[in-house]
Amino acid sequence: MKATPPLPSLPRPSVPLLSYVTSTIGRKTLVAITGLMLFGFVIMHLAGNLLIYQGPAALNEYAAFLKSKPAVVWAGRIGLLGALSVHLWGTLSLAARNRSARPVGYRMRRTIVSTLSSRTMVLTGFTILAFVVYHLLHFTVGVTHPDHHALVEATATGTRHDVFAMVVAGFREPVVASIYIVAQVMLAVHLSHGVASTVQTLGFNHPTFTPLVKRGGITVAVLLALGNGSIPIAVLAGWIGGNA
Amino acid sequence: MRLTLEVWRQLDAQTAGMFETYEVPDASEHMSFLELLDHLNESLVRDGQEPIAFDSDCREGICGMCSLVVNGVPHGPQRATTVCQLHMREFNDGDRIVVEPWRAGPFPVIRDLVVDRTSFDRIIEAGGYVAVNTGGAPDANAVPIGKDEADIAFQAAVCIGCGACVAACKNASAMLFVSAKVAQFAHLPQGQPERKRRVRDMVGQMDREGFGGCTNTYDCEGACPKEIPVRFIAEMNRGFLAAKITE
Ligand code: HEM
Ligand code: FES
Repeated sequence: MKATPPLPSLPRPSVPLLSYVTSTIGRKTLVAITGLMLFGFVIMHLAGNLLIYQGPAALNEYAAFLKSKPAVVWAGRIGLLGALSVHLWGTLSLAARNRSARPVGYRMRRTIVSTLSSRTMVLTGFTILAFVVYHLLHFTVGVTHPDHHALVEATATGTRHDVFAMVVAGFREPVVASIYIVAQVMLAVHLSHGVASTVQTLGFNHPTFTPLVKRGGITVAVLLALGNGSIPIAVLAGWIGGNA
Repeated sequence: MRLTLEVWRQLDAQTAGMFETYEVPDASEHMSFLELLDHLNESLVRDGQEPIAFDSDCREGICGMCSLVVNGVPHGPQRATTVCQLHMREFNDGDRIVVEPWRAGPFPVIRDLVVDRTSFDRIIEAGGYVAVNTGGAPDANAVPIGKDEADIAFQAAVCIGCGACVAACKNASAMLFVSAKVAQFAHLPQGQPERKRRVRDMVGQMDREGFGGCTNTYDCEGACPKEIPVRFIAEMNRGFLAAKITE
């Protein structure tokens, strides 16, 4: 048998990996990585939020601790803003491409195995985005309820931001509480597809583990929404902060 | 059985198409779906009308030519079945059936239900082959390949390239097709020398043709007459990254 001649070497791209991140697969990988970063943040955020069940001292203490580390907080904020921007660019540019890939639609179209959550990622994503903007204006910047945001509590050395009182005052308003609850449902729907989808996008699919990842993703998404969503419900019910 | 068909009619790529309604009063439940169209065409020709153009070749589910969206599902309601192997017993007397061509920008309509799938051919030309000199036909089992690997390669190789995955996908993505054509070689020793450039070039061509991206909704797998699993798409994602990083 003749020896196989060596293959000519592959052409070098002018900018390494640029053609990767602009390809459909590369862009989707960025969506998955940034989605995973946002998911990680949402889990940590839930852990912080649940301190409210330990009472005002624990929550306000945690808030004061975060405030005392501005470098960490700002690094996190910039990282999250970056992740969200890439997530938006990736998903929306791909969604536009995907729409134009079928210029003439079907008269009749039936889905076969796809889930509703997998087909509504842009809708749930935009709802989450709108909520994130409102949430930041509400609790972080204090634009929508400046009176709640100005609440302080006395400490041994002075005063500090009374996050507990702010949250209770906010969620006693049923409209505000409903916005938070709806947003949590939307996040759960987004992640019930997103978590398992990320694993597939990053290249892992296994006959035994993939069904487990799917169920695990849905479970985590629901637990996340129950954890966060329980807070406005508990305030409305008077379990947190007593009855108004 | 008596059936009402709503069929997409279009003279050519330049002319706008529309649905026409046809009554078939004397269909048999033993007819395949394509035989139903043959039967309808005979009566159209008898009446001096243009017959409905549609693709077919083997009519035994192995060539990948037939390509009809029947009631909103590529290849019709029966899973793991090409439309040439779909029989009218799957339908009920009096049914109204909508018949459309594959819909995707990279699959332009040539006429009626026939679409141009040469975009798939160009993806194969970009790397879906083994070009290294392997000598004469080797003796059977001279190259040992584990049974598991051989089975996976075969699972990918059963792809008949019909394009139902594209037709079913909400994004008109070709990833199931391309991933099968990549995987059928990636799992065999003969495919190794060109493994990286193959996935890189085939994905590149897939993107240039204008197919959509994958959003992991998996209707492709549900529509595939050969039940190719989306597992191959995950494999392709991984292989494409590896090829790009070491480029
Ligand atoms: C807390 C915020 C968010 C989290 C935790 C999150 C998480 C995720 C995850 C894990 C994925 C899966 C990635 C993959 O399929 O590989 C994903 C996909 C996606 N996200 Fe988000 N996301 C968030 C915000 C948003 C926002 C604001 C939008 C705005 C439009 C959005 C739109 C999408 C879309 C369209 C997809 C792609 C779905 C697909 O390919 O089917 N997401 N997200
Ligand atoms: S005509 Fe060959 S697969 Fe249907």
